Amino acid sequence: MKPFTYERATTPAAAASAAARVPGAKFIAGGTNLLDLMKIGVEEPAHLIDVNGLDLDTIEPTDEGGLRLGAMVRNTDLAADARIRRDYPLLSRALLAGASGQLRNKATTGGNLLQRTRCPYFYDTNQACNKRLPGSGCAAIGGFSRQHAIVGASKSCIAVHPSDMAVAMRALDATVETVRPDGSTRRIPIADFHTLPGNTPHIENVLAPGELITAVTLPRPVGGTQLYHKVRDRASYAFALVSVAMIVQPDGSGRVALGGVAHKPWRVEAAETEFPKGAKAVATRLLAGAQPTEGNAFKVTLVERTIAASLAEAKEAKA
Amino acid sequence: MDPSNDWKFTRREVLKMGAVSATALAVPGLVAATAAKDGIRSPVTAKVALEVNGRAQELDLDTRTTLLDALREHMHLTGTKKGCDHGQCGACTVIVDGRRINSCLTLAVMHEGAKVTTIEGLGTPARLHPMQAAFIKHDGYQCGYCTPGQICSAVAVLDEIRDDIPSHVTGDLTAKARINPIELRERMSGNICRCGAYSNIQEAIAEVAGVKA
Repeated sequence: MKPFTYERATTPAAAASAAARVPGAKFIAGGTNLLDLMKIGVEEPAHLIDVNGLDLDTIEPTDEGGLRLGAMVRNTDLAADARIRRDYPLLSRALLAGASGQLRNKATTGGNLLQRTRCPYFYDTNQACNKRLPGSGCAAIGGFSRQHAIVGASKSCIAVHPSDMAVAMRALDATVETVRPDGSTRRIPIADFHTLPGNTPHIENVLAPGELITAVTLPRPVGGTQLYHKVRDRASYAFALVSVAMIVQPDGSGRVALGGVAHKPWRVEAAETEFPKGAKAVATRLLAGAQPTEGNAFKVTLVERTIAASLAEAKEAKA
Repeated sequence: MDPSNDWKFTRREVLKMGAVSATALAVPGLVAATAAKDGIRSPVTAKVALEVNGRAQELDLDTRTTLLDALREHMHLTGTKKGCDHGQCGACTVIVDGRRINSCLTLAVMHEGAKVTTIEGLGTPARLHPMQAAFIKHDGYQCGYCTPGQICSAVAVLDEIRDDIPSHVTGDLTAKARINPIELRERMSGNICRCGAYSNIQEAIAEVAGVKA
């Protein structure tokens, strides 16, 4: 690990301002992803700004009837919150499907959104990776791509976003709140937060340098049957091959977002009009233009079947 | 008494001797000197005060030091084990402010004022923690390397269920979390045992929890 200086920030605005002022600075929250990447030389911050003491660890009701989740709320506490379990069970389910108990105790709401991909070529500093070293190429294309993207990928990068939590938040139409180095704040709909790789896979979201996530807000509860189905290589403690976040209303309408298939949580609102026609129709619209590799073409079928399983379970839950 | 003092040579000292002979061959001093001339960043130290197993500790550490390395290399609490050092195996699990975490994936300097419990703080050979006694009774290990992490994790798992924290296999999210074998298996999935003692680990935890394995 490269040496770095360290400070504990006292306010969100001071943290953002310090991040813009000190070259090579990064925020550290739970640290479960950042430290891992620092150990292998993928991340090499010169300065760490510890944002754990910023009093951003509460869950409060909003004036609109939703909830504001502080950026430092731990994944465990978010998943266990009685209001989340009752009104946004999809979010609890997604969080609990991710990582291990130890990691969820550390990982934060803000940090989870900023997780880097688990593409093995990104992790291996001997391999070409446009995300780690722009312009060096992509070893995943033509390599072992079983875990990689089937939609929204580019000739530069076929990595996927690893978060489960973000997939649920995408289905729930969450909003990301931030503070910028000049002290101004903004609200970013989660649909616009993560970006597709294009020619700049090293850019993964719309945050400006030094911009700090302070909270995620959830709109008022939408009810319905909420399910999170994660398909992976072992029953627990593994990243998704495919995951399906689904909300089905009593009238059969609903929402669906996918994890494990793209550089960001994948939702195509137009596909949701196909709910009455069933899983095949929904999956076809969701994955329109999909370009899987030989190694991950199975995901196209897996998405359809996981949607079918989710729709069936929702029907059963309603009955 | 610290159990490691009972031995003339601990396993750790034998390992240290091996490490010394290995570094003599690699000549790391020369490499470091060359690197410094190229403008490589110099190490930075910072102070941190925390409480480990009820004892106040004040340390001046390289900021890069993980909590795991601080425990093992600076406080000489070698019960906590380094397995993968990447948060994938759980061997380094300790309890910080009542919550289990991977001590390899957190910096020591981030834990100012924290209360840390390691395997050495749970029990002693003379006064075993009930979870330690149950692991022995049910043979919940073979080589023993993952055991300190398994036991710290298991103790915290039972607290998490008591605190009504749900899991991936919890059927009804609005009902109170319950202790049963399926729950224990899921909640222990962050602790890998390559000897495969899982069924015995499960029996040990179930006994302490007072449920049928």
